[in-house]
Amino acid sequence: MRALLNQRLLTLAVLAVIISLLPFVFPSSYYFRVASLVWVSALAAIGLNILMGQAGQVSLGHAAFFGIGAYAVAIGPTHLGIPPWAALLIGAILSSVLAYLVGRPILRLKGHYLAIATLGLGVLVALVISTESRWTGGPDGMPVERLTLFGWRVSGSYTWYWVTGALLLVGTWIALNLDETPTGRAFRALHDSEVAAQVVGVDVARFKLQAFVIAAVYASLAGSALAFMNGFINPDQAGFIHSVELVTIVVLGGLGSVVGSIVGAAVLVTLPQALTVFHEYEHLLLGLIIIVSMIFMRNGIVPSLSGLFLRRARS
Amino acid sequence: MAEFLQFLISGLTVGAVYALVALGFTLIYNASGVVNFAQGEFVMLGGMVTVFASAAGVPLPLAALIAVAASIMIGLLLHRLAIEPARGASAVTLIIITIGASILLRGLAAIIFDKQFHKLPAFTGDAPIDILGAAVQPQSFWVLGGAAVVVVTLYVFLEHTLIGKAVLATAANRLAARLVGINTTTIMALAFGGSAAIGAVAGILVTPITLTSYDVGTLLALKGFAAAMLGGMGNPVGAVVGGLLLGLLEAFGAGYLSSTYKDAFAFLVILIVLFVAPQGLFGRRAVERV
Repeated sequence: MRALLNQRLLTLAVLAVIISLLPFVFPSSYYFRVASLVWVSALAAIGLNILMGQAGQVSLGHAAFFGIGAYAVAIGPTHLGIPPWAALLIGAILSSVLAYLVGRPILRLKGHYLAIATLGLGVLVALVISTESRWTGGPDGMPVERLTLFGWRVSGSYTWYWVTGALLLVGTWIALNLDETPTGRAFRALHDSEVAAQVVGVDVARFKLQAFVIAAVYASLAGSALAFMNGFINPDQAGFIHSVELVTIVVLGGLGSVVGSIVGAAVLVTLPQALTVFHEYEHLLLGLIIIVSMIFMRNGIVPSLSGLFLRRARS
Repeated sequence: MAEFLQFLISGLTVGAVYALVALGFTLIYNASGVVNFAQGEFVMLGGMVTVFASAAGVPLPLAALIAVAASIMIGLLLHRLAIEPARGASAVTLIIITIGASILLRGLAAIIFDKQFHKLPAFTGDAPIDILGAAVQPQSFWVLGGAAVVVVTLYVFLEHTLIGKAVLATAANRLAARLVGINTTTIMALAFGGSAAIGAVAGILVTPITLTSYDVGTLLALKGFAAAMLGGMGNPVGAVVGGLLLGLLEAFGAGYLSSTYKDAFAFLVILIVLFVAPQGLFGRRAVERV
């Protein structure tokens, strides 16, 4: 238990050190922007990993909640006069209510049926966002008012680097702790075997729903953060491709590994930026890298590599 | 009445394409348990290769043949280079691999071909045929007829040939199939090749109506997957019915209710169907062994 606690604190400390040291090696504000994008994607992925890696339920429509969070902070201040910080909370509440209402019937489904149902939910939300252009600006997207907290106007890639970094730290801390609570253990139990979990008295339906709501809130907050940071938002953020990106981050980094989600986000966000030098070969290489890394590290980057190190250390 | 007929025929035409994509999904899923998200890319390849081959002066029927052959090649390569090496990986890992493959194929198509929209001439002219007041493009009949031929061929192959029965046996129980001497790896390769061919045929048939470009695959894969699930995953009849149903839903939804929410009806109905029948319309209730 003590060792576990230390390991958790160690993970957090390492993450904090990395976040605070990176600025010393960043040559331009472009790097701060890319790093902030990594933190935001990692936050959403950590949430999704609680659902996928811990509770063992897949979601192919998770960008819907990301989109709700993003559009809440866009629409709230612009059309309804709600202060930006309150809009962020409303987005999170809306996401969790939707996850709660839809989660009940959806989470009864299994495997590929759950995948298509969540995919359908994602497509529906994205469709509403890109169609109701009176509110959302349609496919072109809409501008987002800057976030103001206690008179402090949060703007600039440097500031947002620290804000998103802090958000990621909090998100990581909660996810790591969750793993060791009765709820986290219940998640793992129903991941391993739903029937066995039910037999030992885990309320399967309730815990699945909890994981779904938690994952939705993570995604919603990440979406709000991205919208504030960019000052602009478009429907792609809620679309199917973004959902697939989030799932890919989780699986590439390692299902069930919180650190894995951060590593996965770092790889999948920075890779396209790095590959732009190859111009038209960008997608080709991205696809190739995804295939090759999934073949050779089929459990994800972090679990595969740490397994390798452990074996080395033992021999 | 004319309006109704118009929606009916356009719905069936689009539905036939969805049905073919769903059938490709089902074939691969049954043989290997993989949900192949690169299925839409075969449709894209079918259309694009035909367009570029015929632009290079190859007669249309030959160009179509080349396109089918090229897609089969890609399908076999996909199996050999990406799926086979990851044998035994979890379902979600395999899904990510096929998503990677679809990104790769899309990138490849953008390089080899281009990023423009392309059209094929309709096989037998553009003059609409009047059926009880509905104006129907002749190409619609090609799509419907072509889809029917594919379905019948696949049925005969599966039910009346030895290799087809081996595919069914592999689908029913891979281990048992291996025990009676079926080379399941070959069968899986066959499924990928066959599924690629079906996708390519769909792409060739529908390109004169809907145009094609390097990125049409994503949406088609989505709709095909939805159709397969609507019918009940792994059930070929379900895939065809699911595809046609999806096409009809879209056509009537767009025609009578709202064309901007065309894609919404299909997914709304899928959600409702799954709430009522969690195994799809034709799926068997799975018995979980503990």
